Amino acid sequence: MTTLLEIAAPTIEYRLLGPVLIVFVGACLGVLIEALVPRQWRDEGQMIVTVMSLVASIVVLWRTWGPGWRTVGAMGAVSIDGPTQIIWLLILVFSLLATLLFAERKLGGGVTSFTPMAAAVPNSTLERDAAAARVEHTEVFPLLLFAVSGMLLFPAANDLLLMFVALEIFSLPLYLLSGLARYRRLLSHEAALKYFLLGSLSSAIFLFGAALLYGYSGSFSFAVIDAAIAAPSQSDALVVTGMVLVLVGLLFKLGAVPFHSWTPDVYQGAPTPVTAFMAVCTKLAAIGALVRIAFVAFGGLRWEWQPVVAGIAILTMLVGSVLAIVAKDIKRLLAYSSIAHAGFILTAVVGASTPESGLPVGQIGSIAGIAFYMTAYGFATLGAFGIVTMVRGAAGERNDLVAWQGLGKKHPWIASAMTLFMLSFAGIPPTAGFIGKWAVFSAAWRGGYWWLVLVAVLMSLVAAYFYLRVVVAMFFSEPDPEVGDVHVAVPGIGTTIVVATGAVMSVVLGIVPGWVLDLATSASQLLR
Amino acid sequence: MLLTILALVPFVGGLVVWFLRGATSRYVGIGVALATFALSVVVAAQHLGGANLSEHHLWIKAFGAYYALGLDGMGLLMVLLTTVLVPVVLLAEPADETGRWGAHVKVALVLILESLSLYVFLATDVLLFYLFFEATLIPMYFLIAGWGGAKRAKAAVKFLLFSLAGGLVMLFSVIGVGVSYASQGAPSYLLEDLAKLNVTPSVEMLLFIGFFVAFAVKAPMVPVHTWLPDTAEQATPGTSTLLVGILDKIGTFGMIRFCLGLFPDASRLATPVIVVLALISILYGALAAIGQKNLLRLVAFTSVSHFGFMVLGIFALTTQSISGSIFYMLNHGFSTAALFLVVGYLAKRRGSVQISDFGGVFGKAPVLAGLLLLGGLASLSLPGMGSFVGEFLVLAGTWSRYPVIAAIAATGMVLAALYILIMYQRTMTGPVTEQTEKHITTDASWLERLAVAPVIVLLLLTGFFPKPVLDQTDQTAKQTMTTMNISDPVPAAGKEGK
Repeated sequence: MTTLLEIAAPTIEYRLLGPVLIVFVGACLGVLIEALVPRQWRDEGQMIVTVMSLVASIVVLWRTWGPGWRTVGAMGAVSIDGPTQIIWLLILVFSLLATLLFAERKLGGGVTSFTPMAAAVPNSTLERDAAAARVEHTEVFPLLLFAVSGMLLFPAANDLLLMFVALEIFSLPLYLLSGLARYRRLLSHEAALKYFLLGSLSSAIFLFGAALLYGYSGSFSFAVIDAAIAAPSQSDALVVTGMVLVLVGLLFKLGAVPFHSWTPDVYQGAPTPVTAFMAVCTKLAAIGALVRIAFVAFGGLRWEWQPVVAGIAILTMLVGSVLAIVAKDIKRLLAYSSIAHAGFILTAVVGASTPESGLPVGQIGSIAGIAFYMTAYGFATLGAFGIVTMVRGAAGERNDLVAWQGLGKKHPWIASAMTLFMLSFAGIPPTAGFIGKWAVFSAAWRGGYWWLVLVAVLMSLVAAYFYLRVVVAMFFSEPDPEVGDVHVAVPGIGTTIVVATGAVMSVVLGIVPGWVLDLATSASQLLR
Repeated sequence: MLLTILALVPFVGGLVVWFLRGATSRYVGIGVALATFALSVVVAAQHLGGANLSEHHLWIKAFGAYYALGLDGMGLLMVLLTTVLVPVVLLAEPADETGRWGAHVKVALVLILESLSLYVFLATDVLLFYLFFEATLIPMYFLIAGWGGAKRAKAAVKFLLFSLAGGLVMLFSVIGVGVSYASQGAPSYLLEDLAKLNVTPSVEMLLFIGFFVAFAVKAPMVPVHTWLPDTAEQATPGTSTLLVGILDKIGTFGMIRFCLGLFPDASRLATPVIVVLALISILYGALAAIGQKNLLRLVAFTSVSHFGFMVLGIFALTTQSISGSIFYMLNHGFSTAALFLVVGYLAKRRGSVQISDFGGVFGKAPVLAGLLLLGGLASLSLPGMGSFVGEFLVLAGTWSRYPVIAAIAATGMVLAALYILIMYQRTMTGPVTEQTEKHITTDASWLERLAVAPVIVLLLLTGFFPKPVLDQTDQTAKQTMTTMNISDPVPAAGKEGK
């Protein structure tokens, strides 16, 4: 009788989980500030809480950095290993930069990029009155922090249930954030609704897959699923179906073809700071989770999923690159570009080059390659979206590429910075993007997928073409007389920091990438 | 340190020039270019004096990439070619305010391009080489798109896409080389390590093709040459000089250093195909040149033909022909520079580069006509010009292995006489036409003569005294033959041996 009542008190590694907990507490504080603090202090208060919690989180993470700390914690639910820590570090740093974009108000003439009254019907009197009265809601900051806490938990989750919870924690705030644009409200609403509907569908698919896997192995834990695959007691149909469904859910978040169709619409409709945040941090969280589930839970089914993911990678690179060629809107172009990048990253996943598959110690494998690629991609993406927020017309940003024509003549420095980001995206030396390409492609080659590398370099050429289009529009096209008012607004300190950091890091990581590569290589051992 | 300083001086100079304006920027730019030339002479003297100038620092540990620079005979000649051509171009093309940006930007881009090119020729690490190989595209793209004809932006995109296509295919091979070597132990991209690369013949062929495609695009070989005529037509003659004179040499340079050096077996296997492609380049380039109506396109097609000779010499795989190819690489840089720059002088006066727009220029501007003739004679490899030595050695070396191919290739020399002399006859000789009377009012200025003079002098010097240069080319050629472990064909019995 007594054994039934004996429930062991859970042990939680509070210090190791500190980064997640701090961000979560910061988000809760933000909600309180929104509710209780007088209006004139809210904005400052939110900024302080958001920045402080992200910085504190980074500090705690750095204090627990290293192989000695890494372990599977929280009763086996969370794996705080090297890949988790490096992805945490990247998410936190990029969130911090994205926060600076969120807080920008100089560009909009004293207002942020977010709607004054999210609940109001677009173009209603209520909305206009709110705008005229300069009403502001600062809920974007706690929403950002909630999303970050979910993103931190997502790649660390060591079982399917926690992974699903984390998925929902970061998805819900993102659905909301997408609908908060100040201008072009209907487009923003459409983005939010589309993202929500398709996102819920993908969550449902993920959950269904998780249920099938539970049926197969009797557990949600990745380690148990792995063990069950190693010693099969029943037919493969259940596990393969479950695996495919779970992967679909993750590939949706990553924006891989054919689960990408939400990306351009959401990226276009969402407020640009939110787009920048999603483009970098969601991808980081999704790829982290994908790597863990593919390598840890389904490591034994490698031969099954590698060809499928290879096919998806090819499709993703192809569709992203080709559709970007015809994009007429810079945000849509960057959205397709992010799809193409998801494809390039997937090549490293396909290679599955890990110590378990014979990678010599200290050499760059899939995980270190992906970490570096995301670093390069993150800095360039945040910088590029930072510049997108600066190019403005009478009513908010001008995202149509026609409006960007001749930008290089009037604003050579801004155009040069954008060119630098495009070069980094295209992977042309001496930018960080080139080293990133090398890292992921070599991981694919190590896994024996040299033909995938060949396809990927050819797709890189297609991708280079549409990045070149942006450069040509800025430097070698005359301004279209019919586009009306276009100017580059002078940004506040926040946006300036983001663009400058992005530009500097894009060059520095292209010339001296060693330290980041070493950091990533030292943190590429998965624990199960 | 000397090599790093040599490569960095133009880079720093370029950055400084970026912030200068007007005529000052040009003077400072020429000063920097001349200083770089002086430095390269010092480097040459040190190298020939037996000093070991190579540098070696770990760059990216995880990739096994090194910041490694070094010189051999071929590298030295290419470095000197670069440092000679850049001041010549800067002198020959005065401040051009008609472009997209001010003249200072152009000077700065030229200097940065010089720095990157020097790194390409100095690098002895494959990843370092690749980095600069691709990086040269950025300043070149802006040089083409910024100054020149009306359709230059399109031409620049075409140039960039062709080069990137080649570069990305090469990236495939660069990654493959690195991964293959790392699987044998610690990763390394050093040339000396990669020479010990041990892979299956099929993988070696795959890697070889990746490198070769990139270099074939660079050294425009038929059928991936189409970007060159379009680019040369739209870019300014000075930019074209740098493009064909220096950047395209990276193609043939790379074939010797990387294709032959790293993949000897694959190179041998691929020889029949490449020799035929080279032959097609020679003949097609020459025939197309005869048919051109535009002087700049004509010069571009002559280069396609001449690059065919170089590639033929390289893949004939004899000491003589490889040595001749390297010799020709140097002299082709000079002869093309002379042609492009003199055509540039003519274009500035006439406002056109159509052959039909000229006629009887000799009567109005004998010096200009004379300079064009000298450049042309160098291009058609007249004995006494350096290019003759190169072309002769290529043909002689090829003859010893493939007599039939050499015989067909020799017709390229005849066709060269045709395209140069017909062009000269149509534009320079005959009665002075009305248009010439109106537009060609001045002969070559002293500055213009001064700019072309070094190139002409060097063509004649290497033509009459090829020995010092041949010593350098022989060194690389012999070393390549040793690496590849093949020997020259023995002359048939009864003939006079070498």
